Amino acid sequence: MADKIPRQKMPQQDPAKRIHNFNEVPLGYDENTAVLEASRCLQCRRPTCVEGCPVNINIPGFIKALKEGNPLEAFAVIKQTNSLPAVCGRVCPQEDQCEKLCVLAKKGEPVAIGNLERYVADFEREKEHYAFQKVKAEKGKKVAIIGSGPAGLTAAGDLARMGYSVTVFEALHKAGGVLVYGIPEFRLPKDIVQYEVDALKAMGVTIELSRVIGTAETVNDLLSSGFDAVFVATGAGLPLFLDIPGENLQGVYSANEYLTRSNLMKAYRFPEYDTPIVKGDRVAVVGGGNVAMDSARTALRLGSKEVYIIYRRSKKEMPARIEEVERAEEEGIIFKLLTNPVRFIGDEKGRIKAVECIQMELGEPDASGRRSPIPVKGSEFIIDIDVAIIAIGNGPNPLIPKTTPGLDTTKRGNIVADPQTMKTSKRGVFAGGDIVTGAATVIQAMGAGKKAAKAIDEYLSTGVW
Amino acid sequence: MYTIIQNTKISTNVGKIVIEAPYIAQHRKAGQFVIIIVDEVGERIPLTIADADKEKGTITLYYQIVGTSTHKLSLKKEGEELYNVAGPLGHPTDIHNYGTAVCVGGGIGIAAVNPIAVAMKEAGNYCINIIGARNKELLILEQELKVKSDQIIVTTDDGSYGIKGFVTDELKKILDSRKVDIVVAVGPVPMMKAVSELTRTYNVKTLVSLNSIMVDGTGMCGGCRVTVDGKKQFTCVDGPEFDAHLVDFDELMKRLNTYKDQEKESFEKHTCQLEKYHGR
Repeated sequence: MADKIPRQKMPQQDPAKRIHNFNEVPLGYDENTAVLEASRCLQCRRPTCVEGCPVNINIPGFIKALKEGNPLEAFAVIKQTNSLPAVCGRVCPQEDQCEKLCVLAKKGEPVAIGNLERYVADFEREKEHYAFQKVKAEKGKKVAIIGSGPAGLTAAGDLARMGYSVTVFEALHKAGGVLVYGIPEFRLPKDIVQYEVDALKAMGVTIELSRVIGTAETVNDLLSSGFDAVFVATGAGLPLFLDIPGENLQGVYSANEYLTRSNLMKAYRFPEYDTPIVKGDRVAVVGGGNVAMDSARTALRLGSKEVYIIYRRSKKEMPARIEEVERAEEEGIIFKLLTNPVRFIGDEKGRIKAVECIQMELGEPDASGRRSPIPVKGSEFIIDIDVAIIAIGNGPNPLIPKTTPGLDTTKRGNIVADPQTMKTSKRGVFAGGDIVTGAATVIQAMGAGKKAAKAIDEYLSTGVW
Repeated sequence: MYTIIQNTKISTNVGKIVIEAPYIAQHRKAGQFVIIIVDEVGERIPLTIADADKEKGTITLYYQIVGTSTHKLSLKKEGEELYNVAGPLGHPTDIHNYGTAVCVGGGIGIAAVNPIAVAMKEAGNYCINIIGARNKELLILEQELKVKSDQIIVTTDDGSYGIKGFVTDELKKILDSRKVDIVVAVGPVPMMKAVSELTRTYNVKTLVSLNSIMVDGTGMCGGCRVTVDGKKQFTCVDGPEFDAHLVDFDELMKRLNTYKDQEKESFEKHTCQLEKYHGR
């Protein structure tokens, strides 16, 4: 019986070793383990797991193919709805989505859907390539996508499959958005992202790198130069700061800058690569989300001796995935909970040397539903550090909203879009992902990309706005 | 893409490069910059667009050789390619007819002043340009600016060319002798700070173009943050030009020193490899 087989664990790199390298931490299933795990799936007639998936992967379908020994067929099933399986298999919060709704979760442990998805995608990439076919742009219409992150790439894949001519504009010199500049190599190897991007190119998607829309050409320029629709997927690319004294000292980073230097520019291989990064002995990361965990674990791998997570609430309220918190703990990250920085202290050269913090306690629930942190009077204390990383979130990048007349935004600067159709206040312009919702997960952005693709197809087929 | 049309050293540590970049040449405006990556392992280096030729589809940049990436850039030959050039980035200069405009350029900053001075002149301003460098060798673009300005003043710190002294000395003389409506200054931070302190006493609107540490250039990394009027601003998307009288220059100067040690480490490794390569 399926329920008698325990959920198969994913082998991992030993914490003592992995803190000295940037190689991936989970090592992936082997074939036997993957098939064994696949055999746990009950093949429910009404699969609730699919409802939990923002891109509605035919989960029982791909698991069945895998169980029957056809991983390439399983890959084809996933690819019908998901352009980035190797990415999703690694960074999706499955425990809150598909796996949460798995029937087996009621009595014990759910099927490891994420691990299986990863296995299938890795099999295709490493062992046996699936033949990607160039799709004819038979619709004769052109769609511009601004941003090559998860939302943009997903929409690109779907629209190309539907027969549109798709051009993706990316501001950086590599495609992938947060997948390449934000998520570290040890969680998502960059050549995997490149592989998924290449698969889209093979289908016929054009990717224009280093093209910043909003400084040279605007959204209006794109519309008047022959694009029939524009999808804005520029993400949450504006780092938030604490606005406390000392934040502009040398050695104080936004998580975006720290991670971009390390991931995109490969500063962890400095001086072999030219981009430098300050490698402190004692590093404090402020924040409690996945980005904070990524920053802390990166600091450790860069050679820091002590790395702190400074978070103003308790562990229970941390927005990071449990798995990420556990891994950070295994690696020796020190958690300073119920703690908030009040100022950074520098030396005479303007370099950070310490952070003054205050102890917090939890009061009544606030707007987010979480108990709000309140400073405990007189509880200030100082931690000596030489690098600080601010990972408290991102606002919407303002370039497109600022340069697109007629595009409605919220008070916070997010683009207003219909949650079902992704339509904005401007005809022909759609928006989705973090630029609309604020910082969220990769798969949520992908879900938005899918909805946008569907709505763009409807609009371009009917002409009805 | 990004083929190098010309790359010449114009002094010991300053180079001029002309690159094929039709999209940027087509769209750029005065005051904007590009980010270049020399080769696959290179940094992202922000450089002001000194000039562009729409018809030929080329842009001209000047660079100071300070570390590994700029040294590698100086070794690139005509016909070779750069790994990447992104742009145009940043706000264009707010150009209109102010009346009398004085553009002050120091060292490599003269390259950034050049397109602004040209645009100011084209917009109908009486345009006085003051350019200065440590010595004659480091002076760039004098001839280009000469033909495009109503008046040009050249200074060198050591007196090897033009007037011996600082650009601020000459600026002060002008401010004392006539009405000036706007000053634009680009150069080393201490120079921009000195210009700013001077024009403040004359109450003349002054713009400076800041060269902060930058990675992506689109507002995403926040590395280029500067304090202007007590507020956090990003040089890449809020600038690069700001009201000089509101900029915290001391903070900027300190932030620019962040990677001094590492730049040295990288450059030493780089030159060491070059020596190996040349069999030394």
